[in-house]
Amino acid sequence: MERLRKYGFIAGFLIVPVVLYSVFVISPYIQAFQISLTDWDGYAASPAYVGLENFAKLFDDDAFWQALRNHGILLLVLPLATIVIALFFSFLINLGGGSHGAGMRGIWGSKFYRVVFFFPQVLAVAVVGVLFRAIYRPDEYGVVNGVLIKLGFDPVGWLVEPSIALWAVIAVMVWQAVGFYVVLFSAGMAAIPKDYFEAAALDGAGRFRLFFSITLPLLRDTVQVGWVYLGIAAFDGFALIQVLTGDKGEPDGTTHVLPVQIWKTAFNYSEYGYASAMGVALFFLTVTFAVLTLRTTRRERIEF
Amino acid sequence: MTHPGEITRRQLLRRIGLTAFVAGPGAGLLSACATAGGGGTPSSAAPATTLAASADPKNPFGVDPNKPLEVTIFSGGYTDAYAKEIHEPLYKKAFPGATIKHNATQQIGIQLRPRFVSGDAPDVINNSGPESMDLVALAGQGHLADLTVLFDAPSYDDPSKKVRDTVTPAVITNAKIDGKDLVLNYTVSHRALWYNARLFEQKGWTVPKTWAEFTALGEQAKKEGIVLFAYPGQVGPYYQTWNMLYTAAKIGGNQVIIDIDNLVDNAWLADPVKKAVAAWVDIQAKYGDKAYFGLDHTQTQVKQLQNKVLFYPTGSWIENEMVKDIPDDFEYAIAPIPDVTPSDVMPYGAIQVGVGENFVVGAKGKNPQGGLEYLRIMLSKEGAKGFTQKTQNLTVVNGAAEGVDLPAALRSAAKAQDAAGQNIITDARFEGWYKELFDYATEQMNVVMAGRSTPEEFCVNVQKKADEIKKDSKVSKQTRSE
Repeated sequence: MERLRKYGFIAGFLIVPVVLYSVFVISPYIQAFQISLTDWDGYAASPAYVGLENFAKLFDDDAFWQALRNHGILLLVLPLATIVIALFFSFLINLGGGSHGAGMRGIWGSKFYRVVFFFPQVLAVAVVGVLFRAIYRPDEYGVVNGVLIKLGFDPVGWLVEPSIALWAVIAVMVWQAVGFYVVLFSAGMAAIPKDYFEAAALDGAGRFRLFFSITLPLLRDTVQVGWVYLGIAAFDGFALIQVLTGDKGEPDGTTHVLPVQIWKTAFNYSEYGYASAMGVALFFLTVTFAVLTLRTTRRERIEF
Repeated sequence: MTHPGEITRRQLLRRIGLTAFVAGPGAGLLSACATAGGGGTPSSAAPATTLAASADPKNPFGVDPNKPLEVTIFSGGYTDAYAKEIHEPLYKKAFPGATIKHNATQQIGIQLRPRFVSGDAPDVINNSGPESMDLVALAGQGHLADLTVLFDAPSYDDPSKKVRDTVTPAVITNAKIDGKDLVLNYTVSHRALWYNARLFEQKGWTVPKTWAEFTALGEQAKKEGIVLFAYPGQVGPYYQTWNMLYTAAKIGGNQVIIDIDNLVDNAWLADPVKKAVAAWVDIQAKYGDKAYFGLDHTQTQVKQLQNKVLFYPTGSWIENEMVKDIPDDFEYAIAPIPDVTPSDVMPYGAIQVGVGENFVVGAKGKNPQGGLEYLRIMLSKEGAKGFTQKTQNLTVVNGAAEGVDLPAALRSAAKAQDAAGQNIITDARFEGWYKELFDYATEQMNVVMAGRSTPEEFCVNVQKKADEIKKDSKVSKQTRSE
């Protein structure tokens, strides 16, 4: 009785969010699994079940494999570049100025930089896309190419040369993400007791030593979270790529990503079943990545 | 300090647990969400609904004068003023007791797809824009009303004439899906190369008639820092797909495009296609500028207005599209594609004249009779003239633009059509029938124009895709004979 009352009380609070969550989050997921087994065209009232045919089709789909290759590159580069840059900046902002009185401080003007770094995070992805289309514009009106042309160089087709387009896109993603991770890592650094740094500084440790021997090991958990977030972001890129290079993965499919392909397959080609199968594949890719990352980087935690 | 790793793992497990729970008892309930569950009629037994025609020439479809009508308009380049201020008031005048629910959107598919699935579609739908619906799929489910009764009904202005005799014949040939008349194409457009007539006057240039003249002009323009030809590699690269197809038809006749539409074996490997691709690749390499691969249609069109681009492949809507930005010394004029070879099947002057802007009537809506009547009103002289006045674009209704003050682009297009006579290049319908093939061809177009594949490879690649579509039994096939 006692137990029932206790759990009834908790359930009373949970029932509304759980129902909302089930209807708006869980049920579409499950439905995607269900639709992926059908040949639904988006209009039929009762689509026919085709078993795993849609998944078999994925294996022969060149565009799908090209998208996976692009996600592979994103997965390697995006987290690494963002985390390295963000760690560097947050170290400078928080600890780069050396010890000072009661604790460590950042380099001169760090409060200003902290705000400025966060700016890109405030902008909507679509705005960032439009902004960088102007920056990457391949003719004399482009922000970068205008300067290049004035200096007598040939303009660069940032988003139209297959060899550089994906890198140009990744650069935008990193640019936008760094600010958030600077803030995240700053918070992590603030939580590290100041005595550690003081002690190390007294023993004669320089800034490099402080960073690699004290800051980085104690930030491990935060970096790990960042890695998972960025990895999941590497499976997305929908809005940014739509605006920057369109829905065909131009040029030559080098900026093909799965979310754009799913959207196009469903809404342009009316192949909802096949698109759902891609969605299911993407779901498992993302979950596998998250689980693997958390598993392989698990280690004893330091309490302080 | 939080323990993010731990929490995420636990959450994951919990989510999986919850998923299993909901999937059990809730699955039946959930399956009813997007696809309306089972119990619907099988798709094969869902033919287009044919409505009986009544004898009254004033009201041939037997419209209930008090029944409300719902109209959904794509508010793109034409906006929705023509419907709101011309066609709907005309309907109200005919049926004062009826209320009209007017809905304008740029996201036709997103708004209407769920309504079609639940059997609550609007009566008149202007299916257009990037989010437009797949009409073949809709037709397969019997959602589109048969327009044969409309085409056979007495016309609005002259009851002794059938509607089908008051419109340009392309309306009838383009209405068919799966052999039935389901789509009304309302506008007429002229496609070829567009240029600035004033610039030509000023420089003393003449419109090139042969490929040699075309390239010679390219050399001259180059000296002036003008690009002979450009198409937008972003957003509108299909302009070049059209241009290439029309060039192929000019070289080898309309049969080239008809074969491509009918998925005839090796249609893309035909000699005229290869020649057309090679000719344009050559122009791009010698007289083009690769910067345009990274520009969208508006950016490219603005550069043409600045006299940086000589010829631009588009349609007669261009003037209305750019009307706000056209400088005083710029006048749009159409130039036919120059003769590629001395033995082109179509003589110089051939241009593409096509119909567009789809209107359909929802067969399972509340007032399909009213929908048909609304289309009949659109095809009246008054309705069509109003459209032309509002949008500066021509309609399919014969003689409806008489007395309307047309902009320069349309006057030039009309003149070119007169000059072309019977030599009208047909439209490529696989764009709507097999969108995946059209998109793929356009993708490959950018690759070949940028010089990253050869014209030969382009043809082979697109043919491979066409073969895939042909073999795919799930893609419903369309055919055309003319």
